[in-house]
Amino acid sequence: MNLATETRNDVVIIYVKEERLDAHNSTELKSAVQKLFEDGKKNVLVDLKDVRFIDSSGLGALVSGFKNAISHQGNLKLSSLQSQVKSMFELTRLHRVFEIFPSTVEAVENFQS
Amino acid sequence: MGNTIEVDIKVPNKTRYLSLIGKIGEDIARELERYSGDKEVLAYHLNLVLTEAMVNAIKHAGPKEPEKLVRIVITLHRDDLTIRVYDDGQGFDINAIPAPNFEELEDRGRGIFLIRTLMDSVAYRKNCKENMLEMKKKLA
Repeated sequence: MNLATETRNDVVIIYVKEERLDAHNSTELKSAVQKLFEDGKKNVLVDLKDVRFIDSSGLGALVSGFKNAISHQGNLKLSSLQSQVKSMFELTRLHRVFEIFPSTVEAVENFQS
Repeated sequence: MGNTIEVDIKVPNKTRYLSLIGKIGEDIARELERYSGDKEVLAYHLNLVLTEAMVNAIKHAGPKEPEKLVRIVITLHRDDLTIRVYDDGQGFDINAIPAPNFEELEDRGRGIFLIRTLMDSVAYRKNCKENMLEMKKKLA
């Protein structure tokens, strides 16, 4: 799976550079997020700008990351969801769980506030 | 029979083929001439139900034989779409799968919920030879 990371103001941004986040590749994202929290990072932002399609396994990987954040007293937020991807969060009520931002800039600002 | 499309495909039971199968669903949605709804939304939904159904078939596949195949049959007759996904695993009782508990944050358990939400009817049948997940939707 193609993941790019960048650190901005103590926030680790993971860019998912894939068109699909599904049962084929979501385990890798799950592991990458888990490792960040285990390594002591507190603020993780997952940017989904390139993701056109997410399935239940992709959603599950993000839920797993969110729970990992809680257990490590950290935060996991999301940014740049395409409209159809966002509607999957709404369908599964996960939009109430995650903090979702239109862009990485807005998300990073929110981590600081 | 000019209004009927049938796609009958077999792929190895590997997740790397999810994208291939999902794209067939998207292409069918985009080809619908008479569909009055948003074709791009339908394309996503068909991609999703095919992906979820195939993941399900892979999960319930039989003993670890690398040569196992998942068979998918998509039939569109006028406005009636039927998707059948066959596996030869031990099967499962679809009615025993609870709806997700939205108050509890589970990693798993949203796949069948999504299929049920996006399709008009879902049934799972098993016989001695194979199992079949059948999903239907009226595309009006």
